[in-house]
Parts: sequence; structure tokens; C-alpha cells
Amino acid sequence: MIFWDFFGLCMANGGNSHTGGVGCGRCQFLSRWRLARNRVVVRARKHLSVSSDHGGASPGFFDRLRAFYLRSDAAKGYVLLSPVMLTMIALLAAPLILLVLYSFWTQVGLKVDTNWTGDRYRELIEKQAYVDIFWRSIQMSGLVTLVTVGLAYPMAYFVAFGVKKNKFIWLILLTIPFWTSYLLRAFSWKIILGYNGVINSGLISLGAIQEPLSFLLYNQTAVVITLAHAYAAFAILPIYVSLEKIDRTLLEAAADLGDGAWARFWRVTFPLSLPGVIGAAVLIFVPTTGDYVTPALVGGPTGQMIANLIQIQFLKIGDWPLGSALAISAMAGVAILVMLFATALQLAVRRIR
Amino acid sequence: MADNIIRIEKVTKQFAGGAKAVDDAHFNVERGEFFSLLGPSGCGKTTLLRMIAGFEFPSEGEIYIDNQASSLIPAYQRPTNMVFQSYAIFPHLNVFDNIAYGLRKSGLSGGELKRRVNEALGMIKLDGFGARRGDQLSGGQRQRVALARALVKRPKVLLLDEPLGALDKKLREEMQIELRQLQKSVGITFVFVTHDQEEALSMSDRIAVMVKGKVLQIAPPQELYEAPGNVEVASFIGSINLIDVTVKSVGAGEAVLDGAGFGQLRARAIDDLKAGEKLVAAVRPEKLALVSSRPGSGSFVEGTVKASAYLGDRSHYHVFVKGRTTPIYVAAQNAERAMTGGFDTAKSVYVTWDWQSLILLRR
Amino acid sequence: MSAKPAHAPARMGDPGSGLKLFAIAYLIFIYGPVLFLPLFSFNDSIFVAFPLTSFTTKWYEQAFADEKMIGALISSLQVGGIVAVTSTILGMFGAKAVTRYQIPGQGLITATIMLPLFIPEIILGISLLILINSVGISLSLITVTIGHIMLCTPFAMAVLSSRLHGFDRSLEEASMDLGETPWMTFWRVTFPLAAPGIVSSLLLTFIVSFDEFLLSFFLAGQEPTLPVYIWSQLRFPNKLPSVLALGALILIASCVLVVVAEWVRQLGTSEQKVGV
Repeated sequence: MIFWDFFGLCMANGGNSHTGGVGCGRCQFLSRWRLARNRVVVRARKHLSVSSDHGGASPGFFDRLRAFYLRSDAAKGYVLLSPVMLTMIALLAAPLILLVLYSFWTQVGLKVDTNWTGDRYRELIEKQAYVDIFWRSIQMSGLVTLVTVGLAYPMAYFVAFGVKKNKFIWLILLTIPFWTSYLLRAFSWKIILGYNGVINSGLISLGAIQEPLSFLLYNQTAVVITLAHAYAAFAILPIYVSLEKIDRTLLEAAADLGDGAWARFWRVTFPLSLPGVIGAAVLIFVPTTGDYVTPALVGGPTGQMIANLIQIQFLKIGDWPLGSALAISAMAGVAILVMLFATALQLAVRRIR
Repeated sequence: MADNIIRIEKVTKQFAGGAKAVDDAHFNVERGEFFSLLGPSGCGKTTLLRMIAGFEFPSEGEIYIDNQASSLIPAYQRPTNMVFQSYAIFPHLNVFDNIAYGLRKSGLSGGELKRRVNEALGMIKLDGFGARRGDQLSGGQRQRVALARALVKRPKVLLLDEPLGALDKKLREEMQIELRQLQKSVGITFVFVTHDQEEALSMSDRIAVMVKGKVLQIAPPQELYEAPGNVEVASFIGSINLIDVTVKSVGAGEAVLDGAGFGQLRARAIDDLKAGEKLVAAVRPEKLALVSSRPGSGSFVEGTVKASAYLGDRSHYHVFVKGRTTPIYVAAQNAERAMTGGFDTAKSVYVTWDWQSLILLRR
Repeated sequence: MSAKPAHAPARMGDPGSGLKLFAIAYLIFIYGPVLFLPLFSFNDSIFVAFPLTSFTTKWYEQAFADEKMIGALISSLQVGGIVAVTSTILGMFGAKAVTRYQIPGQGLITATIMLPLFIPEIILGISLLILINSVGISLSLITVTIGHIMLCTPFAMAVLSSRLHGFDRSLEEASMDLGETPWMTFWRVTFPLAAPGIVSSLLLTFIVSFDEFLLSFFLAGQEPTLPVYIWSQLRFPNKLPSVLALGALILIASCVLVVVAEWVRQLGTSEQKVGV
């Protein structure tokens, strides 16, 4: 790994690192050599600064650049940050810009007509089915968000305030699902809710029902249950972090001022944990609105969401501009809703005194 | 010309979007000197030290270390070493390896390395602690290890960034004496950053007072205290009473002044004093004394005791003088044992002083 | 909501025992459904249904006899390895920059880098697909790798930033003060101190890449990654048991890696507390 701290250093005396054992002969040689070279560099620099007075501009340039680099914290930071930034510009920003561009173009056969047009967006608004699916997606993930955050809050509260020993084990237990295969977690619901699945076969073998229940799988409820389960862990961590940060003496102060347990929770704990709640809600609402796997697996015809529509445009029909317009409008719509929601919640909580 | 190991020439450091952390600093540090940078937190003293060390680079000006222009030489190529405020003991290395860190870099190994490190351990009285990890040491021991780690490199200048700040009072006082002795015995120039004026006064050969990025005065401790160069230095070092005065006349080495609430005052003249000039006369609280009856001669002023505090070896009084908004602050030595007495609140008293203790300062 | 602080708590905000029951129920909710995968993977029936018949390991044998599956597994391992190393290196650069320097606009930059965590994967997938199509590269494991690097770098940077925040910047300065170059300072001080974070970052980014489905779904060409292969097998009911077997193995492997990653990270921080 080349560390960009070296940017400045390389300009002074070239790369001079090697990973050999410290204190080895080569090291000693190198350091002596470096010392000698530095003397030369210093002498040369003196010489250069004199000569640049006579109008020799180019040698002074690197000295000045180096001086600027050394003096500026920001320059060093940006240089160090540049690999990540360039990666993200190339792989995140550029594609998103292209996506926006595509949404204003037209698919003609296998080619794309790059004349600007708002037709794709008009198409979306005019076709009731698209609008319906959009609202359906919003409603479903709104419900998922509500359920998930509602269930996660007490859980996070328990870990933050109730667990004294081995908190770490609880935290690991709650983070494992975050990292493990989402596909497989969603898939497990398919085998649970299926026509010949776990629930139906279980109930039949217990004698509770004769015929399999057909309403379990392939509908909106199945999607909501699966998403709520799949995203459960996502909500806990932000809420937990905001609860954990609360200074316990604040609660003592509230008690000292006459608040009972409920009042303390409602007037101190909850408002202070709000950033976590909002964070959790956003972290669930945004990706679930755009979720593809779950509706594709357990949604059936009535449980399809916006992402399924986008996928069809891209991989089946091949109308990329229309797919792009769908994606952009969905993102914009979700962004607006999220901002409205966060503002509304903050305003509501400000009324708690 | 003195032998200057460090020359700071018109050095200014401006951080992006911020005020000047160091503003046009210009001074020298002599070889073998114990030099302190003293100032309140955020005054730029640490930034200045970090520029000498090579962690920050001046926006303007030049720093010469041992006559080499160094402002753009990175830390690892400078003949300076530093004792960090947090000590920065490498947590993944034991004491021996911490002290050996810089020596290994210089290519030392085997017996020579061992000898040098053990010598350093002896110097800081931690023989046999080599195998301990940093987390098994007390604060004072960590401070010593940091010191040894820097000194073992035999730097031309040792930089110390508030090295005693984290220690408790008693240990700090012990370390002040030890550090001073150590500096004399190794003969290395120390540049010592502190916000503790007593620390700076007791240890340093010379002190630079910094306030808001500016170096206000550089002087030996006694001069700094007894003859501060301006009002800011006077009020930063110790406590002081300030009296606004107007010059009435200037005689041979003596000036006659008119002070608000004090009437006519005498003080030693300073250069270029002109009649009618407005100045500040300053006097340290311990140069003042309280008496209950009007003195026959000398400098004095009448006042009323507003508040008093008994501190054992001395007592502090706030004396209200007519014509002044701020009280006069008097620190009286309790030279005699007295279970009662002192000066009660609301009592009318006279504040007296030797006229030569007044210091004239320009705003 | 039942976040109910109990009466007369030992400590302020202590919840009652009712909440503990809730917490246990919650864990069962999280882990219960997933457990059906390993359960039915040992069931000797082509149908994933009760009652269980008899114990068998034949689905595992069947899964591993599938050469396409082995191919996809190898692809996923390769992609995961490259992604883990690349994004950890990138994350190290970024983490060092944001923790060691005052950078104007840092908040905005960090937010941009973290953006992939907040954008639905389908959007990331289609926009990368458009980019790759516009540049004219054909879809392959390379395009999958590129997509995964974009997705994993924010994770790496987050893990490493918190690690680098955890130790005093003056440790690195002390090293340079003692004469080490930035490069050797990295190896002698930063690297050993950040090692738990680095290990953790490598493991976590590997898991994210290995388990990632949707980006690969859009970006894979002829060679599928393991999740894409599993997806393609879901259409065939007779393949279901061996998919279960495979899924169970992946879940267990992921769990182990996550636990190790978190454990290493935690180990590092508790050492750190007394260390500095």
C-alpha cells in the first residue's frame, strides 16, 4: 500500500522505504546515503532559489508546490482522501448522473435516442398502474418501517438500559443478521409461508386444518412480514446508539425534579433518542421502498413493488430510459417523504416539554 | 553574538478559515537554555512548538534549527525530539522497545542498543522496568519514559508540550525540580510549553509570554515578574493592581503622576516620558501593606476593607479606594503568629508601599 | 410500545423483567425463521414440509456434486477476496484522511462516501449497469467486483475510522518525531495499532461481497456468483433441498465470520482503553 503522506516526502527525497528488518546493514547504508543526499538537496535548493531570482521559474515551482502541500492540512487530507473520492465519483456519482440523463432520453429499438425529452416522466404519470405501484410501495414500506421501529425500540432500550453484563454478546447477536445474506433470510420466509410450506404442513400434520391456507404467500402481507423480519436488525443499532449516549444523570435530574418513570421516559429519554429513531426509520424506509428480492420472492402479482417494475424495464423489456425515469422519480419521491417525515417528527417532539 | 540553536524569524501560522494561531513570532533560543513558552490555552504556544518539531509548517517566516532553514523539513528529519502532552507511549510496545524506537530507526541494534536503552532507563530511575507495558506504568513513570525515549536520541533541542499537566500537584513539583536538574546535566536545550506560570517561573532561564498568537515579552523569570513590558504581561503573570495615571512632571529618574483616587504618586521614570502622557501604574499585591493609622510619610492611600481571606501564610484583602471602581488587591504576609487581628471588613485602613515598587506601563 | 421503566429501579431507566421476555421473543423472531434452512436441509424429502421424515446428508452431497455451484462458489470467493482487500485499502486511505486532517467540506464528503448505504441497491445496480454499458465493457466477474468495491468501501471506511479515532494521533507524531518516515510510521505504529480494525474490515467487507445478490444480479455476465446461482436455482422445485443445504452452510459461515470480526474489533478496543 502506498501511503499518500508520501506525496510530500517523495518530492523531497524520493521513495526510500523498504520493509527489511530494522537496524540491518542496508538500513544503515540507506540512512547514511539519505543524509548525504539531503545535504546535496539542501545545497541544490539554495542554488535553485538563487537561480530562480534570475527568472528560472520552473525549478521553483516544485519547491513552492511542496511548501504549499506541507503547509496545508486540507491539501494533505484531500490527497489522502482522493483514492476513495475518485472511486466514489467513478462508481457512484457518475452512474447516478448517467441515470438522470437516461431518464430524459428515448429507447429506439436497441439504441438510445439522446434528444432531450420529458416524455418518460409523462408516461409514468399518465399510466395509472405505475402510480398505483409507487403508492403501494410507499404504503407497504411505511408499514414495515412502523412495525420494525416499533419492535426495535424496546429491544434497543433493553440492551441500552437493562443489560449490564455481556452487553457485547447481545450486540453481536443483534448485528449478525445485518451482515448475513439478505437473500437467504428472505428466502426462509418463502419456505415458511409457502403452499406446502412450514406453516401449512405444520398445521395439517397437527390436524388444525385440512387444506393448505393459500392466503399466506404471494401477497402484500407476506412482503410486509418478510421485510419487517429482514430489516429488524437495521433499526436496533441506531436507536441503541442514541439511547446509550444519554447521560444517566439526566434521568436522575428528572426524577429529582419529580418525574415518575413514565414521565422520565416520555420527557427525557424519548426526545433524546429521536435522532436514532429517525435514523432507523430512514435506514429502513428507503431501502425497503426500493427492495427487489422480497417482493419477487414472496410478493406474487399483487405484492410487486417499484423495484420489480424497474427490473422489468431493464432486464426484460429493455426500455432503459423508462426504467431510469421510474428509478429517479421513486428516489425523489422517497427523499421528499423522508424529509417531510423527519421534520414532522421533530416538530411533534418539540411539543414535549 | 549569542549561540542560537533556534531562530524563529517572523513566523506566522494561519489555519484554513481560522485566525492566526501564531502571529509574527520573532525570537531566538540560545544553546543549552531552558526556554519556556507560557500562555493561556489556545494562545498558539503549542502550535509554535509543533512548528519547531515539524508537525505544522509556518504559513510565513522561517525557522532555523542549528542554523539550518527548517520550516519545510518534516519532523523525522529534524534534530529535535518531543515529549508529548499525552506522552504518546506506544501501547503495542513495552518500555524497552518504546525507548529503543528511535534508536532502531537510526540503525542501532544488539549490545549497543541495549546499553543505550538501559542507560536511559537508569537516567529516569526506572531500571528493570524494560519489560513492562505502557499500561502498567503510573502517570509519572509514563512521563519519564516519554522523556527517556526523546532524550536517548540525543536531540539538539528537546521540546516538551505541557509534560507535567497530567500529574498531580505533588508529583508535578517533584518533576519540576528533576527536569531542571536533568536539563542542566545533559546540557540539551529545552523548549517547554506550559500554561502554569509558577512552573515556568521556577524552571526557566527565559520565558516567552504568548497571548492570542503574539509573543508579548521574552525575559528571564525575575524580570518578567518585576518589570513586565506591558499591561497584558503584567496581568497574565501573577496578580497586579492597575492604576490609570497621567504624568504631571518628569524629574531625574523619577516621575510624578496623578492617579485616579490616589492623588499624587511617585514612580521610577521610563524612557521618553512626557508630561501629560496617560499611562498605567502597576503594583503587585505583595508589595502593598495595610496599616490602621495614617502613616507620617511615604506612599499610601486611604481605603475600606471590602473582603478578606485568610490563607495561612498570608492574607488577601480587597480594599475599596474612593474614585476607583475596582478594589485594590493586597497580599499581606502573616509574618507573626496571631490568632486574632487582621483587618476586619468595613474597617478604614491605609495601603502603603515603597514608591519604587510602582511599575509604569504603556497601554 | 412497551419500553416500560419499572418502578423503583436499581439504576435510572432500568427496564422491568417484562422487557427481557420481549427481548428474548425478539431474538426468536430474528433467528427462528432462518433456522428452518438447516433444519430442512437434513430432512430426507424433496418437499420442504412437516412432518420431518428422516435424517440425511444427501442434499449436501448433491449440492457439492453440482459443478456449476462449485464454479459459482469459487467466483464468489475470488470476488470477495479482491473486494475485501481493495475496499479495505481504500477505506484506510479515507479513514486516515478524515481522522487525521481538518478537511473543509469533510461532512459532505463523508456523507457522499456513505451514500451507498442509503440508496436502494436496485438503483445502484441499474446505474452501474448503465455506466458499464456506456463505457462499453462487457459484463463479467470484473464488473461485479467493481460494483462490490463501491458497495463495500463505505463499510471499510466506517470500521477503520472508528478504529483510528480510537488512538491518539500523537502516537504517529511521536514515531515521526523519533525519526521514522511516514511510510515506516505506518508499518511500525499505525498498522499494529489498527490491526484489529483492519482484520475486522477485511472480514466484514468479504461477507458483504460474498452475500451480495442484487448488484451481482445486474452486473454478472455468464459466470454467476453464488447468490446469483442460488437465485437461478429457486425456480426448480427439485433443487430446493440442495439450495437449503447450501444456504445453511453460507449462513453458518457468515455468522462465524461476523462473530470473529466483531470479536476482534472489540478485543482491540478494550485493549486500547488501558493502552493509551
